Parts: sequence; C-alpha cells; structure tokens
Amino acid sequence: MDNGLPCSLLIASDGLDSALARMLEIIRVPETTVEVVSDSGEGAQKCGQIFGSVCAKMGNGAWTVEIIPAEIQPPPRTPAGGSGNRIRFGTEEITNWGDAANLVVAFNEQVLLGRIELDALAHDAIVLLENMWKTHADETIQKEWEGGLEKIRAAGYYKIVEVPMEEECLKIVDDARRGKNMFALGLLTCIYDRDVELVKAQIAHQFRKKGKDIYERNVELMELGYKWASKNLDFRIDVPTVRSDVPKVVMNGNEAIGMGAIAAGMQLCAMYPITPATSASHYLGEAYDKFGGVVHQAEDEIAAVGVAIGASYAGKVAFTITSGPGLSLKQEFIGLAVMLEVPLVVVDVQRGGPSTGLPTKAEQSDLMAAMFGQHGDAPHVVMAPATIEECFHIMVTARRIAETFRTTVIVLSDANLATGVQPFPRPKLDTRWLQTPLNLTPWPENKPPYDWDEQTGLSQRVIPGQPGGEFAATGLSHTSWSKVAYDPESHQQGCQMRSRKLAVLQQALQPPEIYGVDSGDLPVVGSGSPKGTIEEVVDRALAEYGDLLLVGWGSTKGAIEEAVDRARAEGLSVSSIHLSFLSPLPPGLEMIFCRFDRVMTVEINYSDEPDDPYISEENRRYSQLAFLLRAQTLVDVDCWSRVPGQPLRPGEILNAVRQRLRTGVMV
Amino acid sequence: MTHYGQSLLGCGMIDDRHFEMEDYQGTIARWCPGCGDHSILTAMQRLLEEEQLKPENTVFVSGIGCSSRFPHYMKTYGFHGLHGRALPVATGIKLERPELHLFVAMGDGDCCSIGASHWLHATRYNMDMLAVLLDNNMYGLTKGQTSPTTPQKFPSNTQPSGTYLRALNPISATLGVTNASFVAQTAEWIPPHLFETLKVAYRHKGFSFVRILQRCPVYTASIFEEAVRDPDLIELLIHDDGVWVKDLDQIYGHTFYHDPRDLNTARALAEPSDRLRLGIFYRNEDVPVYEEIRRLPSYTADERVRTLNQELDRYAV
Ligand SMILES: Cc1ncc(C[n+]2csc(CCOP(=O)(O)OP(=O)(O)O)c2C)c(N)n1
Repeated sequence: MDNGLPCSLLIASDGLDSALARMLEIIRVPETTVEVVSDSGEGAQKCGQIFGSVCAKMGNGAWTVEIIPAEIQPPPRTPAGGSGNRIRFGTEEITNWGDAANLVVAFNEQVLLGRIELDALAHDAIVLLENMWKTHADETIQKEWEGGLEKIRAAGYYKIVEVPMEEECLKIVDDARRGKNMFALGLLTCIYDRDVELVKAQIAHQFRKKGKDIYERNVELMELGYKWASKNLDFRIDVPTVRSDVPKVVMNGNEAIGMGAIAAGMQLCAMYPITPATSASHYLGEAYDKFGGVVHQAEDEIAAVGVAIGASYAGKVAFTITSGPGLSLKQEFIGLAVMLEVPLVVVDVQRGGPSTGLPTKAEQSDLMAAMFGQHGDAPHVVMAPATIEECFHIMVTARRIAETFRTTVIVLSDANLATGVQPFPRPKLDTRWLQTPLNLTPWPENKPPYDWDEQTGLSQRVIPGQPGGEFAATGLSHTSWSKVAYDPESHQQGCQMRSRKLAVLQQALQPPEIYGVDSGDLPVVGSGSPKGTIEEVVDRALAEYGDLLLVGWGSTKGAIEEAVDRARAEGLSVSSIHLSFLSPLPPGLEMIFCRFDRVMTVEINYSDEPDDPYISEENRRYSQLAFLLRAQTLVDVDCWSRVPGQPLRPGEILNAVRQRLRTGVMV
Repeated sequence: MTHYGQSLLGCGMIDDRHFEMEDYQGTIARWCPGCGDHSILTAMQRLLEEEQLKPENTVFVSGIGCSSRFPHYMKTYGFHGLHGRALPVATGIKLERPELHLFVAMGDGDCCSIGASHWLHATRYNMDMLAVLLDNNMYGLTKGQTSPTTPQKFPSNTQPSGTYLRALNPISATLGVTNASFVAQTAEWIPPHLFETLKVAYRHKGFSFVRILQRCPVYTASIFEEAVRDPDLIELLIHDDGVWVKDLDQIYGHTFYHDPRDLNTARALAEPSDRLRLGIFYRNEDVPVYEEIRRLPSYTADERVRTLNQELDRYAV
C-alpha cells in the first residue's frame, strides 16, 4: 500500500476492510460536478459519457460537457491537451455545466493543472490522481510531477488521492493507456454508488460496434476500479435520485437534432464535415438506414446546401448542417433559396470564430451572419434551441415553418449543446410531424407559381411533376409568374412579398415568458383581457418588474436562469427572458423591457465593455443580440458578453449582474 | 397537345397526350441573333419531342450566364440558380426524385471555372442526367472576359494582349475523372450531329457530359469561323454504338472509327489535334449510378414513427 497520501484517506492494510466500512464518510449533496481528464486518446471522454448517461438513467438531473483539446493529437502531458468530460448531476433538473468541479479524476498532473488554470475546480475539490509519474523512469517526468504537485497544492485546498491506475490496469491489460478510462469509471461507480448493471449496459452500448471480448475487458477494468475504490477510499458521495413519472430520454444535442430531423420527416441531410456539426451526420448516417433517409456528404458546403435546395425544390424539405466557416460558404445559396421561396432548413452548430477560430468550442457569434450574411434583402427565419430537448423539437418546427412560409429557416445551435448530454422528457411522436406525401395533382390553369396573397405574401408551392405548373424558378428578380422583371414595381413587390411573410410569422408568435418575476405580476402583454378595476389594470401596466432584465438566446439559458435564481436569493431584483426566435423577434419585447430599469443581454460573443480604453458611447460595439434589440426596440439595451471558448458559468453571470447593479455602469 | 382534364391525372387513367415541339417552347429566346445557343435550344426541344418527355416530369437546371437562360426558354420545370452551381442543385433533385428527366445547361465559365469542383464530382457521382456545356470559349454575359477554354493568345477584355494560358480541355478533364461514363463533343453549327449526340447522350443511363462548341457572334466569332466554313477542319468519331449520321459523311470527309468503350483511345483522341473531333469519346453503361446506390426503401408514416420510438427506447432513461 502506498503511504504517500497527503490526507487521511489512506487505508493501512487490507485487514481493516471491515473497520473501514464502519468509518466510511458518506457525503450527501443535492448536486455535484465531476470531471474526468486525460491526455487525448486515453478515453476520458468515453468514461465521462458513460458516467453521465448512467446518472441520467438512474434518475438524476444531469448536464455533461465535453472538455476538448483543439488538436486531434496534442502533445501528451500538457495543460492545454486535456481531454475529457464534465458531468454535473443532482437530485433536481440540471440546466447547465455549473461553476466548478467538486471531484476530478486526472490521468496526469499536467492536464489537472490545465483545469486549475481555467478555474474549473472548486477550492475544496477532491482530486483522484494517477501517480505513475512520480516514479517514472524518465527523470524529467518525475521533476514535472514534483513541480506540478507543488503548484496544485498551492492552488487550492484540494484533497489529493493518488491512485495507481497504471499499476492496477496492467494486471489486466498490456497497454494501460487503453484501460484507465474504464478503471476511472469503476472509481466513480463506487464513489457515487451507481447501479453497476446500468454501467455495464452503457459500456455495451458505447462499444456496440466492437467485439464481445472488448466489452468484457472493459467491464473487468471497470470492476477493478470499483474494487480499488471500495478498498481504498474512505468516503462516498450520495446524490439522491428521484424516479420521475415522466419517461425521459438522454442524448446529446447533435443526436437530438438528428432525431428531430427524422421526426420531422426530413429524409435528406446534405453536409460537408465540420466540427462541431459533424457528429449529427454520424448519428444520421447510422440511423437513416432504418428510415429510408440519406446523408449526402457533398464535395463542399456550397454543394451541400445546393443539394438540399435541389431536393427541397423537387419534393420534401431537406436540410444541411454545418458550422461557421460552412455557413459563410452557404450564404449565396441561402439567398437563392429565399429568392426562389424554396423551403430549406440550415443548421449551424456554432463554434468560435472568425475564421477557423476555436473549432471545438462554443460561441454564439454567428447570429449576425445568419441574419444578414446574404447579399441583398433576404428575409428568412432564424431560431435557436436553448436545451437539448429543444434541439429535437426545433427541427420539427423549423421544417414546418420552412414549408408553410416557403422560406429558409436557420437553426443556431452551438458546440455546448452539440456535445452536452441532458435527460429530457421523451418526445411523444406524432405522424403529423412528418411531411405529407408529395402532391402531384395538376396545377390550376392561370394560377402563377408565386400566387402571393397580397396581404401575407404566402403562396402555395408547386413542384416538378405537377402538370400545368411548369415554370422556371429564377434567382433574377421576377414577377409572380416567375418571369424575369427588372422594373421597379416588380422588384418592390417581390421584396415586399418575401418580407411580409416574416411579419405574418411574428404575429403568430408568443411573447417570451419572464423568468424570475412572479407569474402573478406578469405584465399584460399580447392578448387576453386584463383583470380588475381600471385603476388596478393601469397600476399593473405601469408597474416596474425589477431592476434588471437579462436577455439571452441559445445554449446559455440554464446558466442565465441559475444566475437569476442566485441573484434573487441575494435579494437582487433580476429577471430574464430567453429568445427562441431571433428573426422575426417575438412580440412584446419593448413592453417587457420598459418594465425594467435596465436590460442587458448575456451572450457568448464579443462586445466592448463600456469602460474599456477608447470605448465611448459612440463607438462601443455591442454583442450581437443587443445590437439587434437596440435597433428593433429603440430601448437602450446593454450587454455583457464573453468569448471564453466554453459555456458561460452561472457564477460569472451572477458576478456580472452584481457588478452592473453596483457600479451602475450602463451606456 | 391534347389537354388533360383535372380528372385525367392521378387517377391511374391513361395519359395519351402527344407533344409537339411547341409544347416545349417557353418564352421567346432573347440571345443575340447568330448566337449558337439558339440552335442548341431547338435541338433540345426536338429531342424532347422525339422522346415525348412529359413537360411536368422534365427539369432543366442551369447556372448563370447567357447560356444559363436556357430553362426560361423551355416549357418544362426549370431552375435558374447560381453561377457555377447548377450541378449540386441537379444532384439534389435527382436524389429526391430519380424519376424526373433531368437536364443541366452550363456555360464554360460556369462549368469549368467557378463550378469546376462540382463538375468533377458530378462526373464521379454519375447520376442519370444530361449535362451540356455550351462552350463559347468566353464569358458572354459579363462581356468578354477570358474563360478557362479561351484559346491561348486570343484577346479578351481582361487579357487584351492575348490570353496567357493554354486552354483547359474539358473532354480530357472529364475523361480523367473516375466513374466518367459518357463524354461527347459536338458543334451547334452541325444540327444533325448535335441532335444525334444529344439523343444518344440522353439515352445513356448515367452522367452524360456533352461539350457543345458554340459560336458567340459578339466575342468569339473568329474562333470557330474557319471550322464552320471548312469541313476539312472537322473529324467525326463514328461507330455503330456511337453517333453516326450517315449523310454527314458526304460533307465531312475525315472520320475515325472509334469504339466508345475504349477509354485509352478516347483519351488520346481528346488531345489537341489539327482537326476538331466531334462524336462520342467514351461511353460505359456499367458504371453504378449514385441515385441507385443511395436508394433506400420507403416507409409509411406509421412505420417511421414506430422505428423512431424504438430508437428513443435505446436512449430511454
Ligand atoms: C458568384 C458570381 N460571380 C460572378 C458572377 C458574374 N457572372 C455572371 S455570368 C458569368 C460568366 C458567364 O460566362 P459563361 O459561364 O461562359 O457563360 P456564357 O455567358 O458565356 O454563356 C459571370 C462571371 C455571378 N453571377 N456570380
């Protein structure tokens, strides 16, 4: 037994097992955050994914985030090379990745340092650290270990437990690098008292494409880790689970998008590989076989969107999925789809930009590109899912809107949702979500291919195969008969008809719900007759709903709402709204904004801070949603945004809120 | 054409419509007088008539350029899209609706410059469609800029002292692509050859690539002038399995009996020579067609929902 443990976690001898059982410290918490980090290639991500799924399946609320190095093969044992997973789970629903990890399993001290540098650990975190480096044959590595440990100890009051992972795994496998992840899974399974059968089932799922012996080896390693932990660790952590009556499923956002596309009846996904969008097409590549669908890997992103448009033009709505650089390439075609009124769904799983930027990291900086990236006036719909669950349902909505409004719908997901895993209520599938079979009945004589309703701009779609409907769709300015026309009236009318559709959609949307404000206080927005005497109604209508309203969109919802909860618990008067529709914006925004002293967007894209050097009211660059909201509502909307290459933490947002309310720095 | 009633179609009744050439004529073509595109349009309309293609099941896809106005002049479905991007759109249409008769019209800038990668990949996908390259050796619509197929030294508005580079050879290029299954060359000023070539190309199952040498009276009149006047400058590739318009032998004395299955000879013949070679360079009926490789069984809505529910089971908590 290694006695080098810095804390009282060591166990003197095997004979004390029973005594230990009596000494076990069981820490019960409502929620906790675990990280597993290794060099890339050592499989910490698989370990984390399995552990996260098991937690969800046992009935914990959970949210997992991948820790990804930017390169595929970063140098081993470097702080920047850490790869793995963060799993935050609790008794109640978990909506974001939280602030800091309470327990970390690290495969070497350098990747652990990387996490510490990023402020990812709670100051009292428990650290389970592979200790093979301490006695490594290479002296430089030994030195690194010593230096590393010194830094680690200086950084916090961590409980460091050295774990002989290598030594243990070598009992079963020749190459321990390929086994430690399952050993680590065993450690976690024991510490958090997870259902071993479920763990095995998840291992089986994870390695379903591999042979039976691989599965068995992995289970053996997991059990070895479990045994080591039960013998050597004197604490257990209990995060009570609750079985909910609502059946749930657990998956990541890209799988949800893929499944949502199937549920929406979209049978063609045309794409070109790009992180972090690609995994959706991996999922579909496998799943589509069972549904009669096709993932077409095109020669580039331009061709991919062209294929999707061709397919949509000729029949059912198809979609393309990409990330920032690919979105840039698709813009000309998106403008064409808008002009031709061919329904189209474009999914952009955003990553850090500009240029190649941060290929694996979350950012929300494509909003402007999605809205305005096309040349000319190309009105279309832009939506953003806020949760994994919404990733699924948004595809059904997007397809329906694209078809009903004969337009393009851009769906803005991001790397956080793409790789994050969260349980959500199992969708109750409906055959009506699917597309109806093609209608090839004759097209009425004298009915133009763009039979625009003058009021709404809406028109019925005609597709090849319909006798009498023959027309040449054209990207040139055209009349309702699709005849090329350069005269002022025709172009004015075409632009108007395409634009009008957005106004019609906007009127069908609901005002956003305010989070934080008690529902009884909700301002009267939209329809419905107000209750009470005239005085009461007027009072209510003029009432202030708080000091600060946060406005978010996309994957930040959970973190923003948690920050609101914590701020309110501190007595701060803060609420939030979260927008699913960015184009058109939902109704009621200005009315809601007016009830708050201040309005501030919270986003993962760049903005100037008001007190930055050279920054003045005149030149401050706002974050992207703030820019839009200011233009649309004429309200002096402020913003707080960061581009950390990772999801926002609720604690960070809370700090920003405190600071804004204290300093009152508003522009 | 006999008029169908609302009741005729979609009820399994016999469709006995007969189509005349004018049934395929869209709006009046607005190309310049003397433009070779007129003759190609006529040949195409004749082809549709000969094949009795139903206008509603026929789609013409194009890019942007003078030649890409093609779909407007056909009374079929049409898609006049983006410069260089006709082929991806056609790919999508064919994947979704393999039963449609699909035609693609491209200019030389369209196909060989901005759309070159799609051209290469469409050749490799080998989907069943007829792609015609209306090659006037120049950018027409944008008024006389050098194109990849402009002959070296020929002046243009962007290279007024003469085009610097040797011209790209679309026939050799296509023949070099894996899965090329049909490659032919013809000239719009020899209508019988043009028509026959289009017909054989249309009947080929797979990606039929036909380069049509096309006069532009405004910018490249002189390039083809001699070949138009002097039949001696033309060599016809003939074969029982190729294009062999018997009467043309009287005018064009130079013929070469070339078996279109012979790829090596095709590649040699594609190299520049003293004469313009017209005919089928290569045809291979055995290359798999992408839309068939990717064809999957279709399922009912109930089946889909059932399968998706099974899929959700795998992810159930
Ligand atoms: C993205 C883009 N770039 C450039 C153009 C301008 N443009 C239109 S047609 C054309 C070239 C036309 O030449 P070609 O393809 O040979 O066809 P032709 O007009 O000779 O038939 C160009 C450069 C465009 N429409 N779109």
